[in-house]
This record gives sequence, C-alpha cells and structure tokens, in this order.
Amino acid sequence: MTVLLFIEQFLNGMQFGVFLFLISAGLTLVLGIMNVVNLAHGSLYMLGAYFASTFFGLTDSLIVALILTIPVMLVVGMLIELVVLRTMYERDHMDQVLATFGLILFFNELVRLIWGVDAQPLTLPVWLSGNVEILPDAPYPVYRLVVIGVGILVAAGLFWMITKTRMGMLIRAGASNRPMVGALGVNIRFLFTMVFGLGAVFAGIAGLMAAPLQSVESGMGEDMLIFAFVVIVIGGIGSIRGALVASVVIGIFETVGRSILPVLMLEIVDSETAQTAGPALASMLVYILMAVILFFKPQGLFPARTG
Amino acid sequence: MLSRLKIWILMVSFLLLAALPFFAEAIDEPFYVDLMARVMIFSIAAMSLDFILGYGAMISFGHALYLGLGAYAVGVLAFYEVTNGWTQLIVCVLGTAFISMVLGLISLRTNGIYFIMITFALAQMFYFLGISLEAFGGDDGLPIDSRSEFFEAFDLNETWNMYYLILGTLTVTAVVLWKAINSRFGMVVRGSHSNDDRMKAIGFPTLKYRLVAFMIAGVVCGLAGFLLGNLTEFLTPEYMHWFRSGELMIMVMVGGMGTLFGPLFGAFAYIMLEDLLSNFTEYWQFYFGPLLILLVLFAKRGLWGMLPGKEDMSDE
Amino acid sequence: MSEPILKVEDLRKSFGGVVATDNLNFDVMPGEIHAVIGPNGAGKTTFVAQIAGMLSSDSGKIVFNGQEIANKTAPERSHLGLARSFQITSVFKDFTALENVALSIQAHAGHSFRFWKRASTDTSLTEPAQKILDEVGLGGRARTLAGNLAHGQQRQLEIAMALATGPKMLLLDEPTAGMGTEESENMRKFLNELKGEYSILLIEHDMDTVFSVADRVTVLVYGRGIATGTPEEIRNNAEVRAAYLGEDEVTTGA
Repeated sequence: MTVLLFIEQFLNGMQFGVFLFLISAGLTLVLGIMNVVNLAHGSLYMLGAYFASTFFGLTDSLIVALILTIPVMLVVGMLIELVVLRTMYERDHMDQVLATFGLILFFNELVRLIWGVDAQPLTLPVWLSGNVEILPDAPYPVYRLVVIGVGILVAAGLFWMITKTRMGMLIRAGASNRPMVGALGVNIRFLFTMVFGLGAVFAGIAGLMAAPLQSVESGMGEDMLIFAFVVIVIGGIGSIRGALVASVVIGIFETVGRSILPVLMLEIVDSETAQTAGPALASMLVYILMAVILFFKPQGLFPARTG
Repeated sequence: MLSRLKIWILMVSFLLLAALPFFAEAIDEPFYVDLMARVMIFSIAAMSLDFILGYGAMISFGHALYLGLGAYAVGVLAFYEVTNGWTQLIVCVLGTAFISMVLGLISLRTNGIYFIMITFALAQMFYFLGISLEAFGGDDGLPIDSRSEFFEAFDLNETWNMYYLILGTLTVTAVVLWKAINSRFGMVVRGSHSNDDRMKAIGFPTLKYRLVAFMIAGVVCGLAGFLLGNLTEFLTPEYMHWFRSGELMIMVMVGGMGTLFGPLFGAFAYIMLEDLLSNFTEYWQFYFGPLLILLVLFAKRGLWGMLPGKEDMSDE
Repeated sequence: MSEPILKVEDLRKSFGGVVATDNLNFDVMPGEIHAVIGPNGAGKTTFVAQIAGMLSSDSGKIVFNGQEIANKTAPERSHLGLARSFQITSVFKDFTALENVALSIQAHAGHSFRFWKRASTDTSLTEPAQKILDEVGLGGRARTLAGNLAHGQQRQLEIAMALATGPKMLLLDEPTAGMGTEESENMRKFLNELKGEYSILLIEHDMDTVFSVADRVTVLVYGRGIATGTPEEIRNNAEVRAAYLGEDEVTTGA
C-alpha cells in the first residue's frame, strides 16, 4: 500500500464521512430532541437523490438542482412530520419503529411508481468531472473534493447556528432536557417541525451529492441508515459534535479499512484465506469498532443528555 | 390464565393444523401443506420475538438474524457433507446461544433508542458478512442438497414428515415458552419491563435475567431457522435482512404484543395478507406501508388482544 | 451505646456545577426512626438514592451493618438488608397487589432461574405475600391490579414491597405523599409499630408525621446537614427556623 493510495483512500473516507454527517446530524437531533425513532430518515436521503436527478435532468445544472432540492426537501420533511410523526410522539418506541417502517415501505415503492424501476442516471457536469493534482502525480476527483468542501461548510454553518442563534440554543436545550424546554413555554410543536425539516434538508443534500457517485434506486437509503445508526450510537444521541467526530472516524475506518485489510491479511495468512476472510472481516470492522466503544461508553462518546 | 375462549381457539387451531395434510391430499392441493409449514415456522420465530419484545420490552430489530443462523447451521454443514440432523441441531443451538449471548452482552446494557439501533446494526453486520462469504453463495444463495437426517425411519424429504416435525416443534416451543413466561423467571422478565429500577431495588440483578431471556429467544428463533433451511432447501443471507426483522415485528404486533399466542396468528395473518396483496399488485408495499401505520394507530392490541379474556384478575 | 446500623461519612455528590450532597455526615441507630427534612431541592432524594445504590457518589463512605457498601450494586444492598420505598409511586402497575409483593419475596428466595412452575400460584410466595398485605392493611385488595389501586393504597403497597424483602433497615421516601388525613394517621400508627423491629430513615415533608414518629431529625439544606437532634430540639433551633421552618406554614401539632 503506497502512501499515495493511502491518501486517496483517506480522502474517500472523509468524503463518505460527509455523507454520514449530513444524514446523522439531522437524525441525531430528531432522536435526541423529539425522542422519536425514525427509520424513514434513509428515505429522505433517497428522495433527495431522486429529486436531484430529476431537477438536474430538467435544468442540466447541478447548482440549480441544489437550489430547488432544498425547499422541496424542507416541504417533504415538514409534511411527513405533520401527517405521520406527530401521531407518534406520545407513543412508545415499538409503535414508532413499526410506523416509520411502514413509511420506508411506502417510499420505496413510491419512487418506483413515479420514477420507474431502473436506477436514475446523474452524470456530472464537465466542470466537476475532472481530476485535480493534490500532490504531484496524484490525481484526485474534483467532485469528491467539492463534497468534502461542502461538508465542511455545512458543518461550520450548523455549528454556528447551534451555538449562536436562539433556535440553536433551543435545540441544544431540547437535546439535553426536553421536558424543561416545554415547561419554559417554547412552542414545542414548531420546534419539532423545524428540526425535522432541517434534518430532511440535510439528508436531501447528502442524497443529491451522492447521486453522481452511486446508483439512485429504491432502497438506497437503508444502507446509509445503518451507518447513521452506528455513527449516532458512537457519537451519542443528540450530539452534533458527536455526530461529526463519529462520521469522520467511521467514514475513514470503513473506507481505509476495506482497502487495507485484505492487504494486511496477506501478510498474516495465505492468499486463499485472505480472499475469503478479507472482505468478510472488512465488512464487520465498523461494527466491531462500535461494539468496542460501547463496551467502555454505553452512552456514546458525547452524550447530550445529562439525565 | 387463559380464558375459555382462548383455550378453545388454540385447541381447534391445533387440530386443524394436524388435520391439514389429510384435507390437502383429499382436494389434491399439496401447496397448502407447504404454505402452512412456512406459516408455522414464522409463528415460532414471531413467538420467540414476543417473548422478549412483548413481555420484556427489548425491542430487538435484528431478530431475523437467528432465523438466518439456524438455516446456516443446516446449510453450511450440509455443504461440508455433514447431514446428520443431530449434529446440525447441536451446532444450531450452541451457535445461536453463543451469538445471542455475545450480542446481548453488548446491547443489553443500553436501552431505548440505543438498543433498537444497536440490534439493527449488529444484525445487518451478519447480513453483510453472509453476502461477502462467496464460498456459501454470497448474495446468490446456496442450494441445500439434502435435508437433515435424524432417524432412518423418519425421512424429512417426505413432505408430511417435515410438516409434522414443524408442527411438533411449534407445539413444544409454545408450551415451553408459556410455562417460562409464567414461571419465576418470567415474572422477573416482565417486572423488568414494567420497572427496571424497582426490580433492582427489591434485589434482582436484572441484566442477568434479561440476557438469559434474550438467549432463549435467540435459540428458539434459531430452531425456526433450522426448520426453514430444511423446508426451503435453500440458504440465503436474505433470511437475516432487517426487512425480515421488521416483518417479524409486524407479526407480533398484528397478533398482539405480550400475549405469546397472538403472534402465532399474527404470522398467519401477515403471510396471508402479503400473499393476497402481492397477487393484486407488484407494488403491494405501497399500500401496505400506510396500512401498517393505520394498524399501529388504531389496532395496536392485535388480534389476540381484542379477544375477551380474563388475563388480568380485577376486583372480584 | 451501640453501633449505628447505618453510618454515612463525608458523602459528596455533584451534578456538573451543582453540589447535591455536600460532605454529609449521618447515622441511624438500630431500631430508631431518623427523619430527614428540608426544603425542596435540598437533596433528600439524591441522598437516599446514593444509600440505596441507584446513584454513585463522588466520594465518601457508606457503612451498613458494619460493611462498606459504596461499591455494591442496588440488588446487592437489598440482599444485605436495605429496602427502599420510592417517592414517586413505583409499583408494577400490570401486576396485582399480591403479585407485586410476591415478587419482592421471590427476589430473596434464592435465584429465579426457574422456568416451569407457575409463579402466581406458588404458595411459598403467595402466602407470605398475603400476610404482609394484611399487615399493611391491603389484605382485601390482593387481587386488584396495582394500577387500579387508589393513590393512598399504592403508597401502602410501596411499603409492603419494601417489607417483603425481609430488610433490617428501611429507606422511606415520603411515604405519606399525597395521602389524606385519615390515611396519614394510619401510616403514622403503622410506622410507630415498625419502630424497634426495623431501623428507618424517613424522608418527609409532613411535619405532623415527623414530629409524631421520629426519634431524631436531621435538617438538610443544599445538601448539608445543618442540624440534628430530637424533634423538640429541632423545632426550637433558631438556625433551622430561619433556614427552613420559618419559610413554611408549619403545623406544630402532635
């Protein structure tokens, strides 16, 4: 494994981490503030990808697609919150799991009905599809760098909002002690709708950015959802900081691990075992990491709740 | 204590199931034997989930994992030409016990949302593991060439033998789990559901008991998987997919959470419904999704829960 | 002068910046009722939670019956003879009153890895449970679901469950909370009957109860004990009056 290859995988890991962060940040707030298990968060990611590919198909501009997708996702998110999620706040987790499971089924079929069964194509515009030399003789796709850049921007923006605005303060308070916030006379309903809408927007942006990189098809949300769960478990429910740290760690661990592990295994065992065990072990890495962290810190690295 | 009506329903159902193969032969529709065999297998799995979910509030979103493990015990051993049923069974029981113990130790110290996410993630880990094991077919799956061999006189390739083995397993596990849930052990599990802190305060180290309950559920579900592998003669990681876990939960809810016998009927209802809807349209999940939401909102107590019963002793 | 059955030394617990228990020293003599009173937020329930083992202390010693218990889990402490009733009613609402008490008995009847015999008809559990229910006055309500009991009856059930574990010492957190006058009077009589046989740490807000059953009273303010003495001494203590009694409408009855 050369240094260059390692750097490339490392950057890929960062880029994957950006997607994870965008999805997990919204979800961890929903879990922490609203105390609702929302399995359908992956569906929001999927919808973002589908909308993006349609808008891009219509306008041929990724920028315009982004500008259009954001409000659409906000509306979709708020609709879901108003129609389905509201009925679930008072219910126990089992009900929430089943109801949001129903949402997954619904959305997975909905996209097939509207857009058809085939994967949606989304090719990159010329100005984004080239490579750039980050180091001499080391070309790296421009697009992935852009994704990382967007991720940093969003993270910074989110931190600013959380720490400097009133809304952000309410979110932090709600994540750490929800009943108190209600007792303070804040309009909880409005807060919840906004938080959910925000989460939907972020997930949608992730979907949009992921669309050129992976197939846009029914069910693409759930694989990401699992990773988001791992991120949130490790980072701590309700914690944006935890989501950021965990996303980057998981992103890098997963990407670099997958490429390094088979190579490492060849050093230890014979090639045939490495062939079978390598990919198998690589797919388990992230979960083993989660189990280990949980062993020492059952509430995650930065749990937001004090009680 | 079960009410008269419920006992009556259970007895009649048992008799109907026992008589089914005869009816099917009489009308020359062997398909029904296969169908009910499948329903019974999922009944066992759903019942095992209710044991921890309905009674113990351990919302495990990865229970289908044990279905898969049971099937893999059969399939992998058969692949290596070990077709002795007893060997496979021992591996199945020990394997599911061990894995459920490890996973339980990792996840049971958490609760609520964490527990749901962790069980979800860990089960998917095994799914991805299954896919990456090319030797056993990866995501194409692996045909199982022969069913488990127990006694020479009892050839599982005979449909009827397979069917009655499943029925027998269902009956035995139902009785065992019913006894367990009403035993001292069961009271601890149910108490921990209701109020874990209180249980600790009166002197129960609840983690131990919840772990054992978790293991029992895993092993019983593994038995269902053992039967599933034999019935379908096919091995695929899809048995462990989170979607299957979701289906098990639906069966439990539709049947009635925390009733043990409800999920038996829940499995029946769900599989029938799925069959019916998918004949109507390829996009049946589009309708089923909202239907599920409605069920959660309005029919939470499930089929069994809606029957009049004397399960709670009120003022007499 | 005999040894205290419970001795707490320099107990300290803080949450973030807030000190809930501030180097508290405390003891309970065998057979006495030692009441703890104090304004809201004084840290009374936090104190009990640490003794019961539900909350870990930052520092300090807790010695029960000659044994250091700070590192023992709540179930272990229960088996050593410490029983607790909760301030917010904490019974098992889906079980009958009898089943609730039977569960307490079961917890101290060896391990519960018994999977076959039905528990709700097991006379080795139900007979002692019925006796305890009779003692607290709930005998007729044995088959009622705990969730269907009146509030005062649930408080009685709380105590029954604590007694059923066969303890040496009871930690009672506001047993008369939400009770009417007659019920409180019955509870007071009952507590006086328990005295001697059991040692009791009693957290109370109701001054009538405190002054009629307590042998000693400690006043807790912001996690610190500002005075300890007989009820009469406390009532006449100027510092206490200023800090606490002076603020409340105190019925100096009994």
